[in-house]
Amino acid sequence: MFGNLTDKFNDVFRKISGRGKISEANIREAMDEVKTALLEADVHYEVVESFCESVQAKSLGSDVLDSLKPGQQLIKIVHDELVWLMGGKEEFAEDVSAVDGMPSLAAPTTGGIMFVDPGPTLVMMCGLQGAGKTTTCGKLAAVLKKQGKKVMLAAADLQRPAAVHQLEVLVGQVNEEIESGPEVLFYSELDKVAEYGKAVGAAVTVCRHAASEAKKTQCDVLILDTAGRLHVNDDLMGELRQIEKAVGPHQIMLVVDAMTGQDAVNSAKAFNEQLELDGVILTKFDSDTRGGAALSVRQVTGKPIKYLGVGEHLDALETFHPERITSRILGMGDVVSLVEKAQEQVSVEEAQALQEKMAAGKMTMDDFLSQLRTMRKMGSMKSLLGMLPGIGNQISKMDLDEREIDRTEAIIHSMTRDERKDVDLLDNSRRRRISRGSGTEPTDVAQLVKGFGMVSQMGKQMSGMGMLSKMRAMSNMGQMDMSSLAGGHPPQLGSEGRPSTRSGFKKKFKQRKRRK
Amino acid sequence: MGLFKAAFDKLKQGLDRTRSTFVGEIRSILSGKPLSKELLSQLEARMIQSDFGVKTSRELIKDIEASWERDEIHTGDDAMDYLKELLNAYWPAENRTLNFAKTGPTIILVAGINGAGKTTSIAKIAKSLRDDNKQVMLAACDTFRAAAVQQLEIWSERIGVDVIKGQQGGDPASVAYDACEAAEARGIDVLLIDTAGRLHTQKHLMDQLAKIKRVIQKKFPDAPHEVILVLDATTGQNAVTQAAIFAQSIDVSGIFLAKLDGTARGGIVVAIREELGIPVKFIGVGETPDDVEPFEPNTFVEAMFAQ
Ligand SMILES: Nc1nc2c(ncn2[C@@H]2O[C@H](COP(=O)(O)OP(=O)(O)O)[C@@H](O)[C@H]2O)c(=O)[nH]1
Ligand SMILES: [Mg+2]
Repeated sequence: MFGNLTDKFNDVFRKISGRGKISEANIREAMDEVKTALLEADVHYEVVESFCESVQAKSLGSDVLDSLKPGQQLIKIVHDELVWLMGGKEEFAEDVSAVDGMPSLAAPTTGGIMFVDPGPTLVMMCGLQGAGKTTTCGKLAAVLKKQGKKVMLAAADLQRPAAVHQLEVLVGQVNEEIESGPEVLFYSELDKVAEYGKAVGAAVTVCRHAASEAKKTQCDVLILDTAGRLHVNDDLMGELRQIEKAVGPHQIMLVVDAMTGQDAVNSAKAFNEQLELDGVILTKFDSDTRGGAALSVRQVTGKPIKYLGVGEHLDALETFHPERITSRILGMGDVVSLVEKAQEQVSVEEAQALQEKMAAGKMTMDDFLSQLRTMRKMGSMKSLLGMLPGIGNQISKMDLDEREIDRTEAIIHSMTRDERKDVDLLDNSRRRRISRGSGTEPTDVAQLVKGFGMVSQMGKQMSGMGMLSKMRAMSNMGQMDMSSLAGGHPPQLGSEGRPSTRSGFKKKFKQRKRRK
Repeated sequence: MGLFKAAFDKLKQGLDRTRSTFVGEIRSILSGKPLSKELLSQLEARMIQSDFGVKTSRELIKDIEASWERDEIHTGDDAMDYLKELLNAYWPAENRTLNFAKTGPTIILVAGINGAGKTTSIAKIAKSLRDDNKQVMLAACDTFRAAAVQQLEIWSERIGVDVIKGQQGGDPASVAYDACEAAEARGIDVLLIDTAGRLHTQKHLMDQLAKIKRVIQKKFPDAPHEVILVLDATTGQNAVTQAAIFAQSIDVSGIFLAKLDGTARGGIVVAIREELGIPVKFIGVGETPDDVEPFEPNTFVEAMFAQ
């Protein structure tokens, strides 16, 4: 299993360090690692090839060769280039989010839907079977309703059994769960529903009727949910073209399963050729896929990825951030997401208070306990750590589960107040007492004390870091202490591999733009 | 042999539907050329593009290379034959038919991630069993996704089999239990249990699945007689992880590879075989209940290389 790209890079360059300058061949060798990483992440073969070529050219023209830390330098180039390709371009371009002078109420192009005035803005969803179109329609409606838009959802999937009903139920859920904003409307023509292949063309009529209904009811947005279809099915692709011609959607979204393999390129290309897509929505991103399809789709269509689907519930739709997916594709871990998730759970004051204690070497077992509880709050350990693909695998093997936390809690609860304040008090007889009291083995207690020691050590090192790095270090720390408690080896995140913060990127891209 | 032929044609037809067929390309890469490094790296690229995975592809290429070095093969055509042999060797003779209960109803539990094709695949299996004069019943245990129960209900009506259903949002395990009781009471031959899609990373949902299985075993200790994991053939390398984790939680006995009509690839089957050794029992090649075939490795491999 591919571990950490940074480590591999460092290996490549360590071999030659001390032997003078690195050569082009060394860079090529390092690029082979990149290639493998990207292929394992399901990025399409040809996309990988051309990407590696361009990075290689860039790094040869830069100061990598003379750099003291060529591994670090190179991974930065790879990373930045990927961010750039994944949509950094748009995010950092001048604010040109409005099309043809149409006012845009949505965020920049990497997120959101653009609206036309007067409405309704017609949004058409398309994609392969099972990609998640219908669920995404519901989520999108929820987002728009919250923004105060009047939305209509039209069921143009006449093919999959109960698809119309599914959308209707979703509309009901949106209206129930989202209080603010106007009620979401639903449009369907049940009599047009037919068995597979027997209703081709009927969806065109439904969409046309829905469009005029949306206009009549003065909706701001009409979302058309079309049937899933294979890009190689000419009849059904033709139907999509007909819908496009009949209603002229303003935004056509391709919904793509983030776990798609190499074929993502072919389907995305076909949909884009037939329809002129405006954007892509990646679904099932809450899985542990490395998500290389994102880069493939992005490259062959040139269209921005607008949203990520990250769960089954209505609120599980996120705007897309290029740098996050980049780390994930490279196998460096979705550190930013992890940090944000941690931030949701820990208030800034709480965190700061703890940091100060830790920096002063004053952390106690009670603080440690509350840390553990925080970790638990953050969701199941595994899913959290699974966000770090490089180590996700190790973690699942280590079988780190809630019971570990329970056990640790039990141990800490069996300590006296004084012991919790000062672990140095814990001699052998106290440890035995604690293990009896908590129903654990003395070695478990010893391990906990050891893990605690490691964490306090880290705390001291962390003083002087910025807030974000602190949060990041804290999440790392969480993993470290948990894994050492579970008897495994603490996973290492190569520190050089961590992506910088978003503001860091922004600065960099600004510079880059100026240079041009 | 008749079935074999039919399966072959169907699969080939499915594969033909894609324009840039892997199939033809492998042949055109290799055919009529002397073996060379360049040729092998083209082959490797082709295999990776078919979702074989980097590791599996490179290993297979290494094997071919070794044979070349041993002076056993010399041309692209030789290499193709050798590759076929290697691929066929992945699937020794094994039982790929459904496992039926010795007495009482056969219980088949079907699971997979969201949108993989579980419900449709159940319709396909149900129809082929019913066509085989078996008494079939379905259990709609996807109580989570909107209208999932209705979807299965519509299939049951089209195919003409019974369905046991629960409330939207209800406990799927208790629906499974009710269905098991009903299957026994009604003297059903095969009960197919549809479950909600779940990502293998969602621990609580994987636990729920294990619970469904345990509840079934309360009723019939030797059940489920078959645990089918439905995989989407267009999935990339994550399919291996999916299969591994589902196998861990419910001991998968066979794979239904759906949507193989959408892709000339399906190389992921080889990767899964290599990593996990779970047999593929069926392939799905379309959206109607008839679009199902038993998985025949030789046919599958032949179809990969056919013209
Ligand atoms: N082309 C094709 N589509 C399929 C196949 N199997 C399922 N589907 C489609 O995939 C979509 C999702 O299927 P469904 O059975 O609802 O998936 P579930 O969520 O796993 O139960 C539907 O549109 C099905 O028609 C197949 O073998 N080929
Ligand atoms: Mg289903």
